[in-house]
Amino acid sequence: MQNFFIGAGLALGFLTLLCLYRTIAGPTVLDRIVGTGVIGTKTTVILLLMGFIYERVDMFVDIALAYALLNFLATISAAKFFRTRKSLIPGHKYHLEREAQK
Amino acid sequence: MRYIIVFILLFAHWVIWSGMLDAFHLALGVISCGIVTFMSHDLLFKRERITSQLLTESIRFLFYIPWLMYQIILSNIHVAKIVLNPSLPIDPKFVWYKSRLKKDIALTTFSNSITLTPGTITTDIVDGQYYVHCLDQKVADDLMGGAMERKIAHVFEED
Amino acid sequence: MITAFSLFLFAIGIFFFFTATVGLLRMPDFYCRMQATGKGDTMGAFLTVTALALYNLHYGFTLSAVLVSLKIMFIAVFIFVANPTATHAIAKAGMDCGFEPWTRERRAE
Repeated sequence: MQNFFIGAGLALGFLTLLCLYRTIAGPTVLDRIVGTGVIGTKTTVILLLMGFIYERVDMFVDIALAYALLNFLATISAAKFFRTRKSLIPGHKYHLEREAQK
Repeated sequence: MRYIIVFILLFAHWVIWSGMLDAFHLALGVISCGIVTFMSHDLLFKRERITSQLLTESIRFLFYIPWLMYQIILSNIHVAKIVLNPSLPIDPKFVWYKSRLKKDIALTTFSNSITLTPGTITTDIVDGQYYVHCLDQKVADDLMGGAMERKIAHVFEED
Repeated sequence: MITAFSLFLFAIGIFFFFTATVGLLRMPDFYCRMQATGKGDTMGAFLTVTALALYNLHYGFTLSAVLVSLKIMFIAVFIFVANPTATHAIAKAGMDCGFEPWTRERRAE
């Protein structure tokens, strides 16, 4: 059983690395926010799996819940923060003005 | 009445999260739940009196969940088919959907349900109009059929 | 019996995580990416976390085990409510910024 959990954790970690590609290379900021949210959800599951591997579920479940809450808050606040930023759009005149100033 | 229900909900959460059942921790829980109930009893339930309507809504909502689960499984299979298809058969578009729901809770439930059902996500709600992103024309037609809205209107007794 | 069932649920959950990730990498713009992640991630997380809550009960139905399972189920329900909401918030941010959605016609031009 322990081996199954370790294997599942490795599989989820591999998927997290794939998501990290989108977070780093995503063309816009919103792509990065989506990627971060997906990574956070997987991390919650990985934390629970760690609890089962170390047989301290009662402790890790609190950490996982705190992580889930924080992940939700981070996504919401980042989305709210970037909501009215026209500079997000590639090719917007904000960038052209910046280019002209250089 | 409202005080008692809020207090019971809070105290159940306290017991679940603390996990300690000795007298000291339970007494701490009673004290802190009492203070929180006294200060913010009007946040959880907006309406003045808890009528039998709340009970009906809760029971009907419980019956709504299995149908939603079935839709979510369908939607996941739908997305998996599209994503694992090498040619990526999508034709995304935005549609407006006019809804007749009025209560906040019904609107929220409907928008989350749209997001979870096949090929559609809600992007905006303006005066009861939903601005929905659809993956292709077929799912947009499914949404326009309005089966889900009727179910939610039934749950929250809006006719 | 419980163990086998929870393993089955867990495997399906990992499959949905996989489809969400592939969708995140393959879809053309972020509205479509959210179509994949908003559904696949919610379902995958719900299934895997529920599987772990079930597996936690295989030691026996003691009080502490049931409490821990309740907590794990609380995480599952929270993700189930929060993930569509977060998706909606990001989509609304994109709309307010004025991102044009990707369409077949525009790519053909």
